Amino acid sequence: MSMTELSNPAATTAPAKRVPLVEMRNMRISFGGVHAVDGVTVDLYPGEVVGLVGGNGAGKSTLIRALSGARPADAGEIRINGELVSINNPRDAKGYGIETIYQTLALADNVDAASNMFLGRELTTRFGSLDDAGMESATRKVMGRLNPKFKNFKTPVKSLSGGQRQSVAIARAVHFNAKILIMDEPTAALGPAETAQVHELVTQLKAEGIGIFLISHDIHDVFDLADRISVMLQGKLVGTVDKTKVTKDEVLAMIIIGKLPGEVTRTELAELHG
Amino acid sequence: MAEASSVPKDNPRGPTRSLRSLLLSTEVDTRLLGLIAALGVIWIGFNIMSDGLFLTPRNLWNLSVQSASVAIMATGMVLIIVSRNIDLSVGSVLTFTAMTMAMLQTEWLPNLLGIAVNEPYTWIIALAMGLLLGAAIGGLQGFIIAYMGVPSFIVTLGGLLIWAGLAFQEASGRTISPLDSTFQLLGGGPIGSIGELASWAVGILACVGIVYTLIASRRRRRRYGFPVRPMGAEVTVLVLGCAAVLGAVWVANSYPWPEALALQYGKGPNTPVGIANPVLIAIVVAMVMTIIATRRRFGRYVFAIGGNPEAAELGGINTRRTIMLTFVIMSTLAAASGAVLSARLNAGVVGLGTQSELYVIAAAVIGGTSFAGGIGTIPGAVLGAVVMQSLQSGMVLMRVDSPIQDIVVGIVLVAAVGADAAIRRRSR
Repeated sequence: MSMTELSNPAATTAPAKRVPLVEMRNMRISFGGVHAVDGVTVDLYPGEVVGLVGGNGAGKSTLIRALSGARPADAGEIRINGELVSINNPRDAKGYGIETIYQTLALADNVDAASNMFLGRELTTRFGSLDDAGMESATRKVMGRLNPKFKNFKTPVKSLSGGQRQSVAIARAVHFNAKILIMDEPTAALGPAETAQVHELVTQLKAEGIGIFLISHDIHDVFDLADRISVMLQGKLVGTVDKTKVTKDEVLAMIIIGKLPGEVTRTELAELHG
Repeated sequence: MAEASSVPKDNPRGPTRSLRSLLLSTEVDTRLLGLIAALGVIWIGFNIMSDGLFLTPRNLWNLSVQSASVAIMATGMVLIIVSRNIDLSVGSVLTFTAMTMAMLQTEWLPNLLGIAVNEPYTWIIALAMGLLLGAAIGGLQGFIIAYMGVPSFIVTLGGLLIWAGLAFQEASGRTISPLDSTFQLLGGGPIGSIGELASWAVGILACVGIVYTLIASRRRRRRYGFPVRPMGAEVTVLVLGCAAVLGAVWVANSYPWPEALALQYGKGPNTPVGIANPVLIAIVVAMVMTIIATRRRFGRYVFAIGGNPEAAELGGINTRRTIMLTFVIMSTLAAASGAVLSARLNAGVVGLGTQSELYVIAAAVIGGTSFAGGIGTIPGAVLGAVVMQSLQSGMVLMRVDSPIQDIVVGIVLVAAVGADAAIRRRSR
């Protein structure tokens, strides 16, 4: 824990006490006997991007699934704006303004873009019927902003390209006025142009005061977008560092050998490039 | 059809204004059109082979009545299969609820509550309690499936045995007959039909409904500035839809009361029978189920669960409650079918619904419902029920032995699904 306080921007950059948007303290999640997440504490401030990095099986996705309600944590506390909350399912999370773009995109392939965007939050007419035209209209508006080339509003998303599917998933997350956005490998399936679009979107959302957890295995992505970087290794938090105060090599050292920038030796750094 | 479905919808006007491009621009499900074409082939084929016996008002009217009970249940089976489940218990639920309704009106209500059989409210109390029993059975099975995580195949396989056993137990295997005289009207027959005038009224109402739906949907899309279907397409849908409806009414009204029965009930010669009550029930059920499946949140959730259960859950949908509800609807519809079938037989019989689960599943699947989940339509399932019944009734007309009938139906089922799978693979 002393590691995390080491570089908390609340302590260094913010005046007095700023209340974090999200605070996850001592989170513990285990599958069977395996501790997938073991006593991890991370936080997120408004208008900030926190990159969550680590190798395969480090537990970053599992940690974030506790926040999105996909799989509740076994122990630990989550505070939103300083208030203790309990998130037991995705509905709870959405209620706190937490939106998630999953790595798998979590789209229902057999229905169209609008149906996916409003999945679970459909617009209805005053008779309680689905307002498909209204939903299509809203989807066209959001898409006009996110991906102006998007035209297939009437086809099942199964027949769309990877980039188009991704923009449907992103549209769903940003349309409902998220306060907290979780992006799990948002650019993994995208080409360079679409990746640039996502970067632009992140910058724009940040400016609107939205806090973003960005999970990525791509250290360049994270350095481009994140303000702080939290590194996980084997279910534990190695530490959280301020992007401006570390090098990519130092973060790599955290990811691979689990040592903070101050602890790592020159030979170890050299071995990373070995 | 494969090529047709792969043509992008955004460009409905082809370079040539052929019949195909006109059909395409109507945006009617090509699968459904294929099914209608197949039905046409079956009907004309049987008509030729039976020397014109098949396409007679009398045979078509009987066909409509016989299709009704399977059609009613097939609409529910669509939702079950779309959400990647199965219900094998519908035949037994049908038998059990029908038996219970028979016992209620003939023995339990008269003995316990002093409401005699043939009193004005006996039938409605029996019917309501039968439907409630169906809903309760569906709720129980659905709860075990959705909340306790037991596979639907197992739960409803158990149900198939349990409800059939209970149906035998509650009447000690007796046949309960006759039933309440009003209750019997649910089963059809000339008395259980609505007559000439009411049939035309239903037909005209349906046409007004088609016009209203088309205009309303056009208006909605206009309001948002979306592309609308070309006027020619709208008119085609309107004309074909109304022609089909009014044609069906005309056929039903061309079937006169049999002479002896007409005399008994004091009807003049050649009094038209009109639409039978079970058919009317099936039409209303199909309409309500279509609205539920396509225009309500619940239906959207059922399809989303079928498409990607995890995405549905992550989208915040209460997937368990949704699944449980599909089983409640299914068993309630099985009870409705039980009422119709027992009313038609004028008896509660052990074995009333035996094997009907197979016909119901076959109807849904022939109608385009996919076991992979997420795909299926209510009108398709209703048409599937009519296709199945047409095959059977045609073979009966041709005096085909019943084992051969089973063989043919089995082959058609596998061939239909096989063809559908092949088409789907090509159009991908």
